[in-house]
Parts: sequence; C-alpha cells; structure tokens
Amino acid sequence: MNACFGRRYMMSASHRLHTDALSAEENRAAYGKCNNPHGHGHNYVVELLACGPVDPETGMVVDLAAMDEAVQLRVLDRFDHANLNLDPLFTQTVPTTENLCKAVYQLLAGSLAPAHLEHVRVEETENNFFEYRGEAFASRAQAS
Amino acid sequence: MVFLTRRATFSASHYYWNEAWPAEKNADVFGRCANRNGHGHNYTLEVTVAGRPDPVTGFVVDLKWLKDVIEHQVLSAYDHHHLNLEVPEFAAKVPTTENIAIAIWGRLEPAVTAAGGARLDRVRVYETPEIFAEFRGGA
Repeated sequence: MNACFGRRYMMSASHRLHTDALSAEENRAAYGKCNNPHGHGHNYVVELLACGPVDPETGMVVDLAAMDEAVQLRVLDRFDHANLNLDPLFTQTVPTTENLCKAVYQLLAGSLAPAHLEHVRVEETENNFFEYRGEAFASRAQAS
Repeated sequence: MVFLTRRATFSASHYYWNEAWPAEKNADVFGRCANRNGHGHNYTLEVTVAGRPDPVTGFVVDLKWLKDVIEHQVLSAYDHHHLNLEVPEFAAKVPTTENIAIAIWGRLEPAVTAAGGARLDRVRVYETPEIFAEFRGGA
C-alpha cells in the first residue's frame, strides 16, 4: 500500500535576482525590485512530499526523524540564514524560487529511501509558491 | 475534470505501538509517540473529489452532501475518540498519519463511488500544520 508523507520546514535567506547574461537595464526590467544590488530576504517555507510503500510494521512511509536529519544536514544547514547567491549552486544559476525548489529537490533526492521525493514546494511569501516534481515529471509534462 | 476539496477537523488521541515488538524497540522507533497513556492532535482532513460539473447545477458534488458523508463516515467515529482503542481499523494497525489517510479513504470511497458523478481523488490528513499524509487510492 502506497501513501505519501509531507512535512514543512522554515528557513530565512537573502538573495538577489540578477544574471550576467543581461545588461544592468535588462536586469532591472526583468527582475524589478528583486534586482536591488544589496539583495533582500524571505522567510521561506519548504514543503516536502515523500511517497512510497507504508511499512507494515511501523505504519510509516518515511521516518520523520530521519527526514528531519536529512533536511537539516543537506538543506537547512546550507541555506538557512545564508545568502543564496554565494552558494556554489547559484554562482551560475539565478536563485529564483523556481531554481531553489530544484536545488532542494536535487540535494534531497535519494535520501528518503525507500520513499521517493514526489515534490518540493517552496513558499517565498504567503502569496507566492513554486513546486518541482523532478526531471521525470518535467519530461512527461513536456511530452504531453 | 474539476477537483473539489472539502476541509473538516477532528480531535483525537492515539499512541504508536507495535504489539509484535518489545517495549524497548517501540520506544526506540516511535519515541515520545510510544507513550502508552496516549497523546492527541487537532487533525485537519482534506477530501478531494474529481468530476465534471453537472450542466444544470454546476456542482461536481453537492458540498452539503459531502459534508454529511464526512460527518457520518469519519467524524462520528474519529472526533473526540481514542483511535487505538475505539476505531476498529487501528485495533491491529498503528494509527500513523499515513494509516489514518488510508483508513479514511476506505471509509469514504464506497459512498462517493456509490453516489456516481464524481470519484474520490485524494485524502490528505494534517496531524499538525507542519505534518501531513496523503493517500490517492490504489495498492
């Protein structure tokens, strides 16, 4: 029997949306306030959904403490109270929340076995959120 | 296809315990949740049904009807009850959030299917605002 287990985490980080591929003017046009050279920050909510077989002995898809530890070590220790633009993952990639979702997914992929990561959803504010469901989903969506 | 979700809340107590294991292993695997005196949560239940809106009413299902089904099938058995001691599906199964989502699906699916029109798409159960499980049917 397969089911899914979800959990939400908070982290606070700063970023600036800017790409060297565009001129200063084009950056301002594309990113608006988010292009402010001094950066700005958010309280992000990171929601994970892990799906897989329910262990018949424990009744669990994934052990919550193991998930917490993986998220702490791989994601929160890295991004919480940090400047995302200075992280090696974002030296060549703009730290939009879309790309942050993808980075969190890639940092955690494989760490929740035997469950798999169904989605990573990052809420940048109460009104903006983004979701990444892995490459397999992305290629399926493109094909259809 | 349109997806319609109705939310409901219930408060219940439970503990995590596998009778096949010695006490030490239960304490080790389940931590504070293994306290045999139990503890409780305010659960939030989200029930999603999928279907085409009726051309006359514009409804996927009648929300009042769905509310009553949730009330009769789930809340009357779960709300202000002890899941391990009073709800039959947890007599031999640990009432984790995952298993609660599966059990609620089992209680709702026959009624939704029998009514025709819509199918049950998803049951999501929040144990706290930060922890939830969902079941979408199937094996």
